[in-house]
Amino acid sequence: MIWNEAKECMSRDEMTNLQSARLRKMVNRVYHSVEHYRRKMQQMGIEPGDIKGVEDLGKLPFTTKSDLRDTYPFGLFAVPQSEIVRIHASSGTTGKATVVGYTRKDIEIWQECVTRVLAMAGIGINDKIQVAYGYGLFTGGLGLHYGAENLGATVVPMSTGNTQRLITMMEDFEVTAIACTPSYLLHIAETIQEAGKLDKIRLKAAICGAEPWTDNMRNEIEDKLHLKAYDIYGLSEILGPGVAADCEYHKGLHVYEDHFIPEIINPETLEPCKEGETGELVFTTITKEGIPLFRYRTRDLTSISYDKCECGRTLARISRFKGRSDDMLIIRGVNVFPSQVEAALLEVAETSPHYMMIVDRVNNLDILEVQVEVEERFFSDEIRELEMLTKKISHVLQSALGISVKVTLVEPKTIARSEGKAKRVIDKRKLV
Amino acid sequence: MVIKQLSVFLENKEGRLERVTEVLSAHNINIASFSLADTSEYGLLRMIVSDPEEGKRLLKEEGFSAKLTDVIAVKILQKPGTLHEVLKVISEAGLSVEYMYTLATAGKSTSIIMKASNLSRALEVLTANGYQVCTDKEAYEINNYVEK
Repeated sequence: MIWNEAKECMSRDEMTNLQSARLRKMVNRVYHSVEHYRRKMQQMGIEPGDIKGVEDLGKLPFTTKSDLRDTYPFGLFAVPQSEIVRIHASSGTTGKATVVGYTRKDIEIWQECVTRVLAMAGIGINDKIQVAYGYGLFTGGLGLHYGAENLGATVVPMSTGNTQRLITMMEDFEVTAIACTPSYLLHIAETIQEAGKLDKIRLKAAICGAEPWTDNMRNEIEDKLHLKAYDIYGLSEILGPGVAADCEYHKGLHVYEDHFIPEIINPETLEPCKEGETGELVFTTITKEGIPLFRYRTRDLTSISYDKCECGRTLARISRFKGRSDDMLIIRGVNVFPSQVEAALLEVAETSPHYMMIVDRVNNLDILEVQVEVEERFFSDEIRELEMLTKKISHVLQSALGISVKVTLVEPKTIARSEGKAKRVIDKRKLV
Repeated sequence: MVIKQLSVFLENKEGRLERVTEVLSAHNINIASFSLADTSEYGLLRMIVSDPEEGKRLLKEEGFSAKLTDVIAVKILQKPGTLHEVLKVISEAGLSVEYMYTLATAGKSTSIIMKASNLSRALEVLTANGYQVCTDKEAYEINNYVEK
């Protein structure tokens, strides 16, 4: 069903007017409350009054992940701390996390967006949904949780980590919907299949996101579990899950444009792309209070279409993602930058910052292996010592990245040295 | 006295062990004895060689992680119970053995290469119990039948 027909099916003119009005208000508010943006705008010689509507979006400065790092932790917040009711955080490119804050109203908007996604997937008050994204600083768990509660569905907050228990409850509670990463859902499906319990499963819909996936993966999930799988997209900088999602026609992801204005730019020239042309997705939030962002560069590559969808929605649609314009990896739904690994290794006295990341998918679960060189100064001829070192390094990496890491020691000088851009990642996962 | 053992870190990759023996062989360095410890990802090759310093230098030149470790070579007789007697002495002194292997020789006597948790204390208690250890020269030249 269409949860908010007034907003999801507006004419383009109505949407442009709504966006323009919200944009003007937000630019004015941000100019007067966020020093970072005020300074940037002053440097560019623009004032809030110069932004009259969506057509002036291009005059605003871009925002990147490094702006968030430079103003860590709260420098881009536009309201006093007393108005912030929640903090979330995601991976930064180095040691520092990317921190976002929500006001009560931001949480309501977030709920509303996720509710629209769930309703679009045919989920309602008679459904029981297992939220199997991680709960905590990661936006996945709580984001889906609040949206599902707002919808009125019965939420089973599984979080991640115990597949057996998840399957037992899925069966016993007659769960009808699940939200998790697509690779985890495939893993769940295979585990159910191995246990010979497929006929006991009542799932009808799955909301999958937090990592790139393909139509083939969707088909496999749908065939195995006899359900409909939907794609949900989001990023904590803009909202969390619920920025965009696809409908039953799977012709791209509907962007909730009444809250976030999408643009597609050429990541090299920063010029806007034509409709349908692939480029980097950029968002401007227009209702966010806690941390409103101008033209945030997502680094996700996609294209956009403004045609009305067969489902009746008029919202802009972004196509399946075609990659990234930076080196970020998504491993088990968690964003990982090679620079984080480097920064973490520099903290371990016994290692050199020479490393190789090998990402693979075994039984539909992502595995990250980090190879580090055994150097003269920390080489021991006792296996016990080498194993302690391996454990120490994997512990440091695990706390830096938030995912478990298999550390492998390799011979010295076997990892290519940085000459310009060294290859630091081998991604063996095949998304076909 | 302690002797120098040459230890090398080896990735579990084809040809790595062979490369070590190739380098030592090319420079006429004899391997008197060795042990190879393996884990799923890597191995540790520990050797008593005729010229440990030179061996280490050559292997490092080849890009290996190689180092010299102090170990002792305890002489025992080739008959039942002698190894047990040595370990009893070590254990009663509250010491532990990190690793050991034999410095193989034919005949009545042999030697045990040992890395103990406290090497000087191990030497002390073994000597006090009447054991003899190999000198470095003895150990390096054992099993070396090259005509000079």
